[in-house]
Amino acid sequence: MIEYTRVIKHETDRVPGFGAEVMRAPGCEKLASCIQCGTCSGVCPVSIYMDFTPRQIMALTRADFKDDVLRSRTIWLCVSCYACTTECPRKIRITDIIYELKQRAIQSGYYPEHFAVPVLAREFTDMARANGRITESLLVMRMYLKTNWLAALGMWRLGLKLMSTGRFSYTPEKIEGRAELEKMFAAIDTPIPDYSPSGAPGEETKGTQP
Amino acid sequence: MKYAYFPGCSLKGTGRSYEESLLPVMRILGIELEELRDWNCCGATAYMSVDETKACVLASRNLAIAEKTGHRALVTPCSACYLVLNKTQHYLKEVPAISNGVGKALGAVGLSCHGAMPVRHPLDILLNEVGLDAIKQKVTHPLTGVKIAPYYGCQIVRPYATFDNAYQPTTLDRLCEALGATVAHYPLKTRCCGGSLTGTMPEPGLHCAYQLLKEAVKRGADLLATVCPLCQFNLDGYHDQIAAKWEPVRLPTLYFTQLMGLAFGLAPTQLGLQRHLVPMKPLLPVTA
Repeated sequence: MIEYTRVIKHETDRVPGFGAEVMRAPGCEKLASCIQCGTCSGVCPVSIYMDFTPRQIMALTRADFKDDVLRSRTIWLCVSCYACTTECPRKIRITDIIYELKQRAIQSGYYPEHFAVPVLAREFTDMARANGRITESLLVMRMYLKTNWLAALGMWRLGLKLMSTGRFSYTPEKIEGRAELEKMFAAIDTPIPDYSPSGAPGEETKGTQP
Repeated sequence: MKYAYFPGCSLKGTGRSYEESLLPVMRILGIELEELRDWNCCGATAYMSVDETKACVLASRNLAIAEKTGHRALVTPCSACYLVLNKTQHYLKEVPAISNGVGKALGAVGLSCHGAMPVRHPLDILLNEVGLDAIKQKVTHPLTGVKIAPYYGCQIVRPYATFDNAYQPTTLDRLCEALGATVAHYPLKTRCCGGSLTGTMPEPGLHCAYQLLKEAVKRGADLLATVCPLCQFNLDGYHDQIAAKWEPVRLPTLYFTQLMGLAFGLAPTQLGLQRHLVPMKPLLPVTA
């Protein structure tokens, strides 16, 4: 059963300048030329699970509807397969625009607490920066502990199989040049806004899965 | 021929059978892969979601180390590493804000990156440097009667398709044919496997993997050939969940390097085949 809901957008919902700001990021310049043909939504392998299709996200971004865009489930569903980017007749780098939106959502805390995608991204970056390498098995365990440790219990069979086939690593991989790596990052570190979801702009986003 | 080699984290973890099969196969063909000294994580898709410049910093340390080796190219078998290293090269050339940041970070530890090191996939090396004729000469156990669905996945052909067509790639098809196998018509060859969604948002992620497997079954394939550790994991690891949610579509997924090894007469255990969760023994006459 398809439910039809009509959503009216108001001028006051806009955050003027948001679209222009996104378009200044590398790879996002061509968004202004979107013709709303929907090719991106058609080729996207996960668009059927999205609240807004990629085409709608492009329109909302360009029209400054920051809240709708950064709260949408769509940006977290993007798997970076680049199908939309390759097919876009206007050569808009849609995947890069979604990356830009994810970065903004993570930086300003626009996501529910314990939501797996941004948590994984944060755990990934922390591990990569500290160790220089990713140990997948330990990364996934950390993600489950911070999001939904009950779900981890449901994965025990897969975990056991990986252990018995020697595909599960128990100790973290580390590079020798960890101090060198840290020095590189420190050279360009700028104070960043609070990453934690506590800075969420609206109460209604907290604790709800998008 | 000698190349610098960037394995990536997966090939030391869940995807270790990829490395276990890649190295001996390349050695048989006279290609030496010299592992990059103290390489680090490429950043994959996750780092790009947090900070683009830092993602490029992470990747460019590897490019800087690779440039110092003086080799003609950097070979990387993982699709995500291949994409990120190529993307970083593009950004260093085209986006001053990023290349300035990267220059500053590398400069702080006395490294530099000129963006001059070609980043290539082993499939590219095999088809365009070694050549199919040389590969055919090494085939002692042709994969006759085995029907393969050639699965490229997304990130080696998109968006930087440097050695194959983004819409209708054929390198893997031609390689499988050279090994004596039958290649199935497989229209989903570049569709996404679900990527990291299988871990974070299981239903949409597994749906991607399910569609790929279902299509391969429908096309009469005995197995899927893959070029990426994450694709292999998604197509190999979640059959219980997929069968519970939709239907059983139990096909094995092998790295193309494992197929080559089998055709070259190497034993399955030399190629890490025992590590796969869906066993392929009953399917391949050569492994019997």
